[in-house]
Amino acid sequence: MEFTTFLWTTVAAFLTLAVFSFLYKDNPMYKFAEHLFVGVSAGYFVIILWHGALVPNLFKKLADGDWWYFVPGILGVMMFARFFKKSSWISRWPLAMYIGISTGLAIPLEMANRVNRQLWAMMEPINWSSFWGERYLDIGSGYSELFIFVGTVSALVYFFFSKAHTGAFGAVAKFGIWTLMLGFGASFGFTVMARISLFINRIQYLDINWGQTAFNAADTSNVNYHAGFQALFWAVWLIFLVYAVFEYKKYLSNKDKPSQAAGTSA
Amino acid sequence: MRNSFEKTRASRALLLVFVCSLLLLIVSFSTSVSAQADNDSDTPADSILALAAPAPATDLKAFDTDNDHGHSITIEWTLSADDGAGANSVISYRIMKSESPDGPFDSVGLVPLGATSHVNSSAIDKNSEGYFSDNTDYYYRVEAMTTNAALFSSSEIVGPVQSSGQWFNAGLVPVLIAILIFTILTMIFVQLAKKGMDLYVRPLAGIEAVDEAIGRATEMGRPILYVLGLGSAADIATIASFTILGRVAKKVAEYQTELNVPCYDPIVMAVAQEVVKSAFIDAGRPEAYKDDIVHFITNSQFAYVGAVNGIIMRDLPATNVYMGKFFAESLILAETGAAAGSIQIAGTDEIPQIPFFFVACDYTLIGEELFAASAYLGREPELLGSLKAQDYAKAVLLASAIIGILLINIFPDFGETFKSWFEVID
Repeated sequence: MEFTTFLWTTVAAFLTLAVFSFLYKDNPMYKFAEHLFVGVSAGYFVIILWHGALVPNLFKKLADGDWWYFVPGILGVMMFARFFKKSSWISRWPLAMYIGISTGLAIPLEMANRVNRQLWAMMEPINWSSFWGERYLDIGSGYSELFIFVGTVSALVYFFFSKAHTGAFGAVAKFGIWTLMLGFGASFGFTVMARISLFINRIQYLDINWGQTAFNAADTSNVNYHAGFQALFWAVWLIFLVYAVFEYKKYLSNKDKPSQAAGTSA
Repeated sequence: MRNSFEKTRASRALLLVFVCSLLLLIVSFSTSVSAQADNDSDTPADSILALAAPAPATDLKAFDTDNDHGHSITIEWTLSADDGAGANSVISYRIMKSESPDGPFDSVGLVPLGATSHVNSSAIDKNSEGYFSDNTDYYYRVEAMTTNAALFSSSEIVGPVQSSGQWFNAGLVPVLIAILIFTILTMIFVQLAKKGMDLYVRPLAGIEAVDEAIGRATEMGRPILYVLGLGSAADIATIASFTILGRVAKKVAEYQTELNVPCYDPIVMAVAQEVVKSAFIDAGRPEAYKDDIVHFITNSQFAYVGAVNGIIMRDLPATNVYMGKFFAESLILAETGAAAGSIQIAGTDEIPQIPFFFVACDYTLIGEELFAASAYLGREPELLGSLKAQDYAKAVLLASAIIGILLINIFPDFGETFKSWFEVID
């Protein structure tokens, strides 16, 4: 790795550690990483919008002679009226258009995907001949089909707002929420495992890409290895060490003082 | 005697030599033919298949695709006699298109053996590659292909055929009926609610907690953080969240509490500003409204989360409300809010994110409860009526599901017919 490349690897490592430091508490390193990330991403978003939306979807269309694209163009310009107090009402027109069209498109789509298709897919014959699997306590396709049907119906009962969840109705609704919780639990475990793998990936980055590179003088991929590699590595830890010392001194100086809350109550 | 015996042996030996020579000749001839065939084609099997072109696809039909926006023609044919049968030499069908029956024909699709149809469609954008215009004559033919690219047989040419868009998509009739039923139910219940009919709705803890949480923030003198999620203004969950934001903002204006609404999407921000401004006007405190109550952060998921986490830890809001569409950031936000000691109320229709809100928030609205929340908070006849209509629509769906599953298991034919009433065809 070239020293200049390692410099950027170190920046990435510092930002990773800065974000992790939030687990302790909000601190200057986290604030730096946060503001850098927000600023860079917001600037990047402007460029993406310009090259990914405005140029191909408006300017290029107008240049090709599709003059009716002036209509969305003008609606977009009307949004700038928000910057002027007296004319800010003009920006409500494109917003109204956007919300109206979006809702009009979303409702049939949601109805088709979440209602019709789900209902259609649920109406399947239950395979009673393979209700259980071949082994003891094994689940067969028939059991799954019946569980999907009963689970869907009972979960739907849970979402009835017009009737109190009491008696038999309440029992079905309770089974419905249990079914939902089973699904949520499975989803939770699945996602947590994915997050842990992301965390492991980050630790590997700090270890292999950063730490090992900083100290591996024998690695032939480290072009012109010199003491600067290690210096950068230790510089990052020094920043955190200085902060830790600063925090400890602050703790010591505040230790004997009564807390603000205690003072108020007193 | 001895001579005769030796003559016989000699003649037998000669015969054997002759037979062996003949066998050698046959073997060497066949080897040379095989070697020659190997030079001409890729596999030994080709040497047999290459002898004749396959039978062509027959009964070719080309027609405008139904229920679409145009720019699409469907081609159907009957399989070649050599597709899965006969010489068994067809491996695919190549669809050829031209603006003239005399050609030139261009390839517009390739489908595997056994396929009997292909939809030749293009993008709506005329600058896209492969675009073809509506109301223009086109001609098609289908070529039955073999492993040898040069060996295929063409069907007859069909055409002219034109594509055109339809105003009505018959495949979405079940959706239209469902929306009509729901609309009628909504109109009926809104009218009943307006006439003063008492419409019972069961209590929902998460929704009742909203007013309590606003009161707590007022008492503590700390702000309320309202997060609209990562959805666009077109998402149903975000639209529901706007309504709840309006109710929260009105209460905030009445109680003179501080409100902070950081946004991920610029359009959502603009709409949210209008919603909050209207709520402050409704509460009789337009002068308390400031544009920076609702502010944009960034359109990058984790940068946004980082910034909101910073806001939570620095401002220490008394109440965090997360309503809308959330993705991987849900747990990060909710955990930070829990660490800051805020009361947290969340609601989303993103099923995978609900468990995270469950573990880190005080109250969670699951899916449909988010859509119902606005009616609960407002208690306005229009919203209560729509909530009742939703319930009755759900009752219709429930009854349909039970009838469908019973019919399909007891009377399969009736059941399949009943099931088809709900089928949506794109």
